Amino acid sequence: MAPGDGKTVALFATCINDTMFPSTPKAVVQVLERLGCKVVFPKSQSCCGQMLTNTGYYDEAIPSVRNYVKTFDEYDYIVGPSGSCIGAVRHQHPMIARHAKDEGLETATEDIVQRTYDFSEFLVDVLGVEDVGAYFPHRVTFHPTCHSMRIAKVGDKPQRLLRAVRGITLLELPQADQCCGFGGTFSVKNPDVSVAMGTDKARNAASTGAEYLVAGDNACLMHIGGILNRGNTGVQRIHLAEILANTEEGATL
Amino acid sequence: MTIDQSRSTRREVDRNRLTPAPPTESYLGMPAFPKGVKSELGNQQLRRNLRHATTTIRGKRAMRQAEVHNWQEMRTAAEQIKNRVGRHLDHYLIQAEEKMTAAGITVHWARDAEEANRIVVDITKSKNTDEVVKIKSMATQETDLNEALEEAGIAAWETDLAELIVQMGHDKPSHILVPAIHRNRSEVREIFLDEMGNWGAPAPADISDDPPELANAARLHLREKFLRAEVGISGGNFIVADTGSLVIVESEGNGRMCLTLPETLISVVGIEKLVPTFDDLEVFLRLLPRSSTGERMNPYTSIWTGVTEGDGPQDLHVVLLDNGRTKVLEDPVGREALRCIRCSACMNVCPVYERVGGHAYGSVYPGPIGSILTPQLRGVSSPIDQSLPFASSLCGACDEVCPVKIPISDILVHMRHKVVEYKKGKRPIPTGERVLFKGLGWMMAKGNRLAGAQTFTKTAGKLFKRKQYIGPIPIPGYAANWTNARDIPMPPAQTFRDWWAEREDTK
Repeated sequence: MAPGDGKTVALFATCINDTMFPSTPKAVVQVLERLGCKVVFPKSQSCCGQMLTNTGYYDEAIPSVRNYVKTFDEYDYIVGPSGSCIGAVRHQHPMIARHAKDEGLETATEDIVQRTYDFSEFLVDVLGVEDVGAYFPHRVTFHPTCHSMRIAKVGDKPQRLLRAVRGITLLELPQADQCCGFGGTFSVKNPDVSVAMGTDKARNAASTGAEYLVAGDNACLMHIGGILNRGNTGVQRIHLAEILANTEEGATL
Repeated sequence: MTIDQSRSTRREVDRNRLTPAPPTESYLGMPAFPKGVKSELGNQQLRRNLRHATTTIRGKRAMRQAEVHNWQEMRTAAEQIKNRVGRHLDHYLIQAEEKMTAAGITVHWARDAEEANRIVVDITKSKNTDEVVKIKSMATQETDLNEALEEAGIAAWETDLAELIVQMGHDKPSHILVPAIHRNRSEVREIFLDEMGNWGAPAPADISDDPPELANAARLHLREKFLRAEVGISGGNFIVADTGSLVIVESEGNGRMCLTLPETLISVVGIEKLVPTFDDLEVFLRLLPRSSTGERMNPYTSIWTGVTEGDGPQDLHVVLLDNGRTKVLEDPVGREALRCIRCSACMNVCPVYERVGGHAYGSVYPGPIGSILTPQLRGVSSPIDQSLPFASSLCGACDEVCPVKIPISDILVHMRHKVVEYKKGKRPIPTGERVLFKGLGWMMAKGNRLAGAQTFTKTAGKLFKRKQYIGPIPIPGYAANWTNARDIPMPPAQTFRDWWAEREDTK
């Protein structure tokens, strides 16, 4: 019996992955189906609302929170490939519901956050797997991303999944736990500091000699990758899910 | 604020002043944070000093925390003690006043900075002296006491080594614990050589930049001031309410000199600095040094309870300072910042602070704690105060190290909301940003609206499908802010939701 047999997973692709990085949620689908899960994509989903909340636009974030609850309320497992968006759902949705002075919504958000998982957590904690059958014969370095570590609190689950990948060479990223400087709208409201931080992160990534910089958040990767690309460093960005989806037999999707 | 880099800018001595003139810019007149950081970011000397200092102290703090098996329980205890003080502040303040008065201390109440400064000036004047020695104190920096004393014809001498460097350098502090963190030793040597002789004992003409030599010059310069001064001024780390004891922790011993040598001692202390009992103090005396300097225990801990006849100052005053604190206490979210014990762990671990230092924060409280405390104490009407809550990538490193568990990131977001609401109230006609976020909010309310908006990204993806990345976009605003230094991926011609729909159709 496969670990995911009998489990229906609602995929929360997140707005940025849906729009800009579809290969990541595709990879999530591939891994989860390989592990026996039934994956559904409720198409009424939109955004976690984090960029609105974190820029101070609480009123404007309320509809995103309502929509999340309406979209996902019927599912036992809601899984998204982003520590930041998942962290925002778990940490901020009840707060926005309180701001909306809507007790029903507050109760609903407090309930739904219990069923919302980051992709790496779902694999390790719920399915109980670390080796997902992946094969990736490349040199990679892992950036843990702040919100995965400190808000979603995924701990070392991404590293455990990576260590089980066949053929992979994991290189230690210097100053890995320091922020890359993306920070949502911080990246455009404080572009100079953001770029100063991102340049240090990019330099550290390049210094490892890795082919790929891997993380569990495409927003951070978009920022660091944008600097890596502008500097022609040759380091590519890749989401954790895409490494885990890769098998020796090749892509199945 | 720029930092003088060349000695050719050496200034003439202003004979109209009793002490070195600080920079003329007022904090409130400073530009918003994103503008203020530009000169700092371009100063590699400054960035190197900061990187070295913050990395070292960060490592020491982590090591000292790891030694304490019940660190998390201690943090929780500190959080709960400070919350209790906040909940019953009226009770503890009155208790502290009674106990201090009974021990022979004269207690004064100051609503704001002006009132606090007036009290200190009046006491000093009544002693017929024209100078005071000062212990490093955040409260008196907050009230800008030194300049109030200067205007009243009283010279205020900073005696903390780093504060002396700042004062002699006509500078402002850039850190609450190591105020001259932005200076390296050759800069310190130049400041001492250029300035000390103008205000007292000069530095030896052949002084090198060897730290012991620099410290010795400071020692000689300060000694005559310590021995001469009749009034000392301090802040206070804690007041124990049930005994009326004041507590100051320090590293150098210069504070101890100020606390014991002058006949009169005036302590300006924020009203949130109370702890209920000596048992409660223990928790903080264990947390504070490990969090701030990364030491198991700070070298000097001074505790005094009123006047001891024939020993130390015979005339003791305490000025209890509000200056916006009761206003902060009114806000159930923001009030958690009042637990702060000024350890500076949050700024030492902050990746933003590490790159820009303290000056751009436009306040005596820089770094993460300043970004939540300053706009609460001063309000959010000025450009600098409006920009402070946004001066963070919300990475959360500060939340982890705070010894009193202040949820700094959450309060930053809370203050961003306050800024947005303030601007909505001030300007009924929405700005570009408000229109953008209103639109985003509308778009994200429903999946089909997001799908509709994706038409634009898909079209771009189809038109430029050979291009993987978009380079600089010369449209001022967010587009240029992103792309000036970072490429942006070309959006794909097919979104995930389209791919999914296609896949479902073919099943």
